[in-house]
Amino acid sequence: MTENNTRPLIEMVKVDKYFGSFQALKNIDLEVHKGERIVICGPSGSGKSTLIRCINRLEKHNDGQIIIDGIELTDKVGDIDAVRREVGMVFQNFNLFPHMTIVKNLMIAQQLVRKTSKDEARKMAMRYLERVKIPEQADKYPIALSGGQQQRVAIARALCMEPEIILFDEPTSALDPEMINEVLDVMVDLAKEGMTMICVTHEMGFARSVADRIIFMDEGEIVEQARPAEFFDNPKSKRTRAFLDQILSH
Amino acid sequence: MSFDLNLILDSLPRMLAGLGVTLQLLLVSGLLGLILAILLLLMRISGKFYLDWVAQVYIYIFRGTPILVQIFIIYYGLPQFEAVRDSIFWHILREPTGCAILALTLNTGAYVSEILRGGVLGVDKGLLEAGSALGMSARQKFIYITTPLATRIALPAYSNDVISLLKSTALASTITITDMTGIARTIVADTYAPYEVFISLAIIYMIFTFGIQKLFGLFERYLGRYARREE
Repeated sequence: MTENNTRPLIEMVKVDKYFGSFQALKNIDLEVHKGERIVICGPSGSGKSTLIRCINRLEKHNDGQIIIDGIELTDKVGDIDAVRREVGMVFQNFNLFPHMTIVKNLMIAQQLVRKTSKDEARKMAMRYLERVKIPEQADKYPIALSGGQQQRVAIARALCMEPEIILFDEPTSALDPEMINEVLDVMVDLAKEGMTMICVTHEMGFARSVADRIIFMDEGEIVEQARPAEFFDNPKSKRTRAFLDQILSH
Repeated sequence: MSFDLNLILDSLPRMLAGLGVTLQLLLVSGLLGLILAILLLLMRISGKFYLDWVAQVYIYIFRGTPILVQIFIIYYGLPQFEAVRDSIFWHILREPTGCAILALTLNTGAYVSEILRGGVLGVDKGLLEAGSALGMSARQKFIYITTPLATRIALPAYSNDVISLLKSTALASTITITDMTGIARTIVADTYAPYEVFISLAIIYMIFTFGIQKLFGLFERYLGRYARREE
């Protein structure tokens, strides 16, 4: 990680986010460098999803600064577009476009946003479908695929835009247990290739083996961040310990 | 009470001669009404409060008054204004057909815009977020995600409104138009046989409605092709 000395890819400075009078994020400071793999965990309602949704402006922060690869997120549509070109996202509910075939799901944004030609977009789509090991599903509609397959398609769709960073918002939470591993395998591969990733997940096995850093959030705050070994074996905060006891108890 | 079959056989072809007029009222005001509905929908979801407000007032007025009253206001009321008689719209408004089409268009536009809005609101927000995350602009999301999905959601209610519009065209007969209902009323005035004539007329409308239902059913099947697992 030689580039750790350079400017961080993601920089959040004293970020606050409110939903009405409810404060979802409190004074968040976070730096993520190129190639880093971050796992964010914490109880539900702790602000983990909100945090990553602020990074690509699906949520608008109220205070503080968010700077992605040198571009500060403000109301400027041009800047938001520029950030979204660099940041891919994978959702809990896959969010594949149900009225488009799988390959079309992977092509549409390439054609509209990157102005890629149809042929090029299809080639790119097939390349990534092969990478997530489901090229044979290309001409089906999403409903014909299992949850695990749909989520792999969603990852491929994000990759087709060749982002610098991918955000994962609980990518395995909506999956049946037997499908979780096929999705995690794809994510592990991505991590090995050096993709910058931020994953909100409760998959602690994945966190332990893949993450460079684990962030624990509670009540809108970053309570603790540490390397996996330290995080699991020697958590500093009482709240972290309580959380780990709960999810690792069985 | 007697039931005169010959009278039915006699009057059926005469009423069907008005089919063209009924169809014209239905298709022209249906099409213009749909265009109006889309404009009203865009105003309502524009995020500009003044456009939204204008559309809401319009919809309130046309949903809040009987269509027969609207037809009368346009046909009997508007020509009283010199400005209307001098305007370029006069050659439409001085014809009863023009007035009927205008009234039906304005009315169906108000209803259909709300049906379309229901479709737009029914599109899963997560899909639009996925579009945003992929960098699609608001316009691109509207064209490629919202429109096709909202169309499918709105279609059953829309087909209902088209059938309702078909039956509203019968009101045009009150302002001298010789659509199927207008012809039926003339026949009744001549024969004093309302029972036979109006029942035959009702059956013609039912057959017509059946055809519309079938057409929309096919269109629904086509639009819903992606939601069926067996494919």
